[in-house]
Parts: sequence; structure tokens; C-alpha cells
Amino acid sequence: MIIVDYLKKSFFVAIWFMFLTFPIMVIRVDSIEGIVEWRWQNMLLVGIGSFILSLVGRYIRIKQEKAARSVQKGRVQQLKSSLLIDPKMYLPGLALISLLVLVFPFLFSVYQTNIMTTALMYIVLGLGLNIVVGLAGLLDLGYVAFYAVGAYCYALLNHHFGLSFWLALPLGALLGALFGIVLGFPVLRLRGDYLAIVTLGFGEIIRLVLENWNEFSFGPSGIANIDRPNFFGIDMSLNESIIALYYMMVCLVLFSIFMVNRLQSSRIGRAWIALREDEIACQAMGIDKTKTKLTAFALGATWAGMVGVIFAAKTTFVNPASFTFLESAIILSIVVLGGMGSIVGVVVGALVLILLPEYLRAFSDYRMLLFGAIMVIMMVFRPQGIIGNVRKSYLFQEKKG
Amino acid sequence: MLSMKNVQAYYGNIHALRDINVEIERGEIITLIGANGAGKTTTLMAISGIVPPRGGSINFLGQPIHALRPDRIVSLGISQVPEGRHIFPHLSVAENLDMGAFLRKDKGQVKEDLEYIFDLFPILAERRAQDGGTLSGGEQQMLAISRALMARPTLLLLDEPSLGLAPLVIKHIFKIIKKINQEHNTTVFLVEQNANLALHTADRGYVMENGRITLEGVADELLADDRVKQAYLGL
Repeated sequence: MIIVDYLKKSFFVAIWFMFLTFPIMVIRVDSIEGIVEWRWQNMLLVGIGSFILSLVGRYIRIKQEKAARSVQKGRVQQLKSSLLIDPKMYLPGLALISLLVLVFPFLFSVYQTNIMTTALMYIVLGLGLNIVVGLAGLLDLGYVAFYAVGAYCYALLNHHFGLSFWLALPLGALLGALFGIVLGFPVLRLRGDYLAIVTLGFGEIIRLVLENWNEFSFGPSGIANIDRPNFFGIDMSLNESIIALYYMMVCLVLFSIFMVNRLQSSRIGRAWIALREDEIACQAMGIDKTKTKLTAFALGATWAGMVGVIFAAKTTFVNPASFTFLESAIILSIVVLGGMGSIVGVVVGALVLILLPEYLRAFSDYRMLLFGAIMVIMMVFRPQGIIGNVRKSYLFQEKKG
Repeated sequence: MLSMKNVQAYYGNIHALRDINVEIERGEIITLIGANGAGKTTTLMAISGIVPPRGGSINFLGQPIHALRPDRIVSLGISQVPEGRHIFPHLSVAENLDMGAFLRKDKGQVKEDLEYIFDLFPILAERRAQDGGTLSGGEQQMLAISRALMARPTLLLLDEPSLGLAPLVIKHIFKIIKKINQEHNTTVFLVEQNANLALHTADRGYVMENGRITLEGVADELLADDRVKQAYLGL
């Protein structure tokens, strides 16, 4: 009976997927010949494929439920968490990863290094947003605004005054923090959905201002010929500077991981977590709600401002099109997919979300489809993210005697 | 120690508190009883600054506190156990207690207080590594009270500690409240719907109706009062 039920459900899944993918998989408009090509065999393949996948998925789920009932699961979970906690387990892994990171530019092409630099930038962006969303629980959909502030800070100052990258980097961070506070003030009283909508609006406002205020930001045409970072006055070829930027990004990632980790276990970090958990209790504990929210916004935006400066230096060109809502959505996806509040999760999330679309270029047409499917499957089966947050906890030792 | 004079509070346009006058002396257990929506919780929220009063004055230890922010009021020694417990569900019991001591810097003393609390509620010591949200209702209430005590308050504001708990658990919690009051000379301001229990625990009481205080007096007198009997004790 159960088997028939499963077959039936899988059948409907197959029908639904055939319907969903009909426009992309079946219809092809040949604009040169002016004819429409109907590829019905694709529909059949989608049907069979989704039917089998659905069946396998159900089978695995039954298996898991059975396993959950037995003690086995406890042991598997223990192993997973000890991988992250036990130094004997993760130190060799960490050593391997750091070695790989160090030699990466020499093993792979400049193109790959460039992509990796982008991924590293998103790690820092993710870590920044993680403070706001993962720790303080404030859903910010306009995070890209601070990224834009950093990028334009360097672009404009470099264009008008020839300001160097190294001066712009802390300035961008500072400006990001300042904008974090300025945009934080009006939303102090908002929570949840309302906060998300208002921050979404802020993100758009910044982008629209940049797009329309021609005298200030040169509008949609953007600013070109921004100086690349200068490393100790050494004259570098394009390839060398890309590699140098990669190493600089590695340092920034390490720095941000260190800082966010310290923040997380600090007083202010605990206040953020308390704020996320329960606002009323948080106030009853004597935590200053205003200050806590504003520091979350400011310290989150700092990283975006900094990465913005690097973005401008890396591409040597900025225009408002780089700072659309999609960008905010991707950064938010990194945080949610990786695991809210978890640093390792954000790192993994950024690598997956940025590198995957790059390497899925082979499937160019179906890239976004696959990407979407992966997101859906992740959220269904692992809503806590790839790596859930393991908080540091105190061991309370009882006094003997 | 705490005196409220003509305190007014609003939620938007709704006048929730009208001319509230309350006097609390050091070491007392004071109770505020009344029906649903009478304004009991709002009175507590006004004291702790979460719902700032729009009129009147509140003085604590001779200092006006009605214009202070909630965190400043907590640092003066007023600690609130919110209605419905409001523990941090995804923090462990130990971390919840730790949050209670958020404003304190005397680490050694905090540790001692933690031991005292584990003496008071041994069940919390047993569950200290467990997430707060996985505790039973009674244990959560114990945790909420303990968390407030971790701030070493001179005035403890308790909002309906009996809410949704089994009679035996309620009895236990009220015994502890009395104990805290006696051992630490902690003044307790107790808001309750369970008038009988509250008046048996408290020294003095106030009765609230529709945002006003309608009766006040020594607890035993209130217990004997016909109006209280009729309205709240069902006698």
C-alpha cells in the first residue's frame, strides 16, 4: 500500500516537473530560421528523471527516519560535531586547506585565481551580514548599499583626488559603519518583515541615487580607470596584481574570521544573540537595545564598505548595475545556506554559491535552474544550513567537597 | 523605596494606566492583583521602562527613574521577570543565567550567586547544558526567576509567575519567592491573577481595575474584604 502511495506521489512530482520545465526544456525558438522547435523527448527525460529522483528521495527519507529511531544517529552527529571541535580531527584538515590556499595561484590559471578572489570577497561580505542577520537576527535585505558605499568611496576619491587604495580601505570601512548607523536609526523600532522591507528600500535608494545623480556619481556610465592596489610601490603586470590581490583577500578573510569570532564571544556578541532570541527579555536583562542594534548594523556594514573598496580596485570600474537587489539576495543566501550564525558555514556557503555558478557554466542554459533546485533541496533537507552553528559554551566545573 | 505618583501610560492612543500611585518599602512583598487587561503588566513595564510612562513620576531610592532607559533602570537594581517567562529558547540554561548577569562585572560574586541559584533550584543545575526552550513550563519559570536574580536586584518584579503551571509547581515557586525575600531582603513586587495565593504570600496588596488602582491595604485585610472576595476569590 505504501509503495503504491509513493509511486503515485512520485508520478505527480514527475508531471509537475514536466509542466514546470516545459518552457525551457521543450520549446526552442530558432530566431534565425524563424521556426519553433518542439523537443518532446526532453520532456520525457525530465519526467523519468524527476520520477526516479522523487522515489529515491522518499526512500532515503524513510531510511533516515528509521535510523533516527535507532541510536546510530547520535553517533553520526557526534562525529560531525567533533570534526569541528576536536583539534586532532580538524588540525590536519586545516593545515591542508591553508596549504592549498597558499599555492592556489600557482596551481591554477589566473582566471581561476580571479574567481577565487571574488569568492573570498563574498566570504567577507557573508561574515559581515552574518553579524546582522545571523547573530542579531535583523533581516537586512539592503546590505548591498554598504558595499556600494565602499566601492564609490574609493572610486570617487580616486577619480577626483587620486587617493590611494590603502587610504581608501579604512575610509571605506569607516564610511560603511557610518552609513550602517545612519540607516540603522530609522529602523530601530522595526522587526521582522517590516525591517526587511525598509532595508530593501534603503538598498534601492542608494542604487537609484547613484544611478540618477549624474554630477556626483557619473550615473549609469559609472567610473572607469580606477587604480589597482599598489603593493609596496612594486610595478606589477596585470597577472601579478591579480595574484597579489588574491593574497591580500586571503589576509582580509583571515582577519575578518578572527574579528567576527572574537565579537561573537564578546559581551556585545552575547547581547546580539540575546536580542535575536527575545527582545523583551533582552531589555529586562539590562541590555541597551538601541546601542546593540546600531552596533550590529555598523559592524556588519564595516565589512561591506571594506570589500566595496576592494571590488572597485579589482574591477577598476564601478557602476550602479553592480549593486542591485540580486547582490543582497546572494549575500543573504550565503548566510542562510551556509548556516546562520556559523563562521565555517558562511565560508562554505560563499564558496559553494559563488564557485558553483562559475563551474556550472558548462551547463550554461540550465545554470540558474540547477542553482535554484539546489537551493530548494537544501532548504527542505537542511534548513539549518550546510554547517549549523556550534556556539562556544562554558564548562561549569563543580567544586568538589 | 519605590514610589509611583500619578503615573499615566499609553499604548498608542489607548490610556492603559490612569493615576497609578504605589508605594513600596524595602524588604516587603507587595502584590498587585486584578483581572485580565486591568493594566498590571503595564504597571511593571512602566517601572522597568519598557513602556515609558507619559505622565507622573516614579522614584526609586530617591532617584527619578521614569525618564531612564530600561538598561539604566536594571543597573540601578530593578530586575524584571516578564510575563510568559521570555527565556532565551536557543541558549542553554547556563547561558540564560549568564545573560542575567549581563551588567555585572564582579565575576567572583557572579559565580557565588550561580551556586546559590543552583542550591535554590537544583533542577537547573542538572539541566544547565540543555537549551532553555526544551525545559518544561515550571522549569522555565524557575529559570526566568533565577535569571532575574543573577542581576542581584534590590527590587524584583515578578509578572504572573503562576501562569500556566501545575498547582504543586506554583506552591514550590511561591515558597522560593518567600525564601528569596527573607534570605536576601530582596523586595518583591508580585503581579498575579491568582489573588488568593498572592495575598497569602504578600505583606500588602493593591487591586487594579481598568487601569486604576481601586483598593489597597494589608494583605490579610484585603483577603477579608467583601469586594475582593466577590470579584477575585469567588467566595
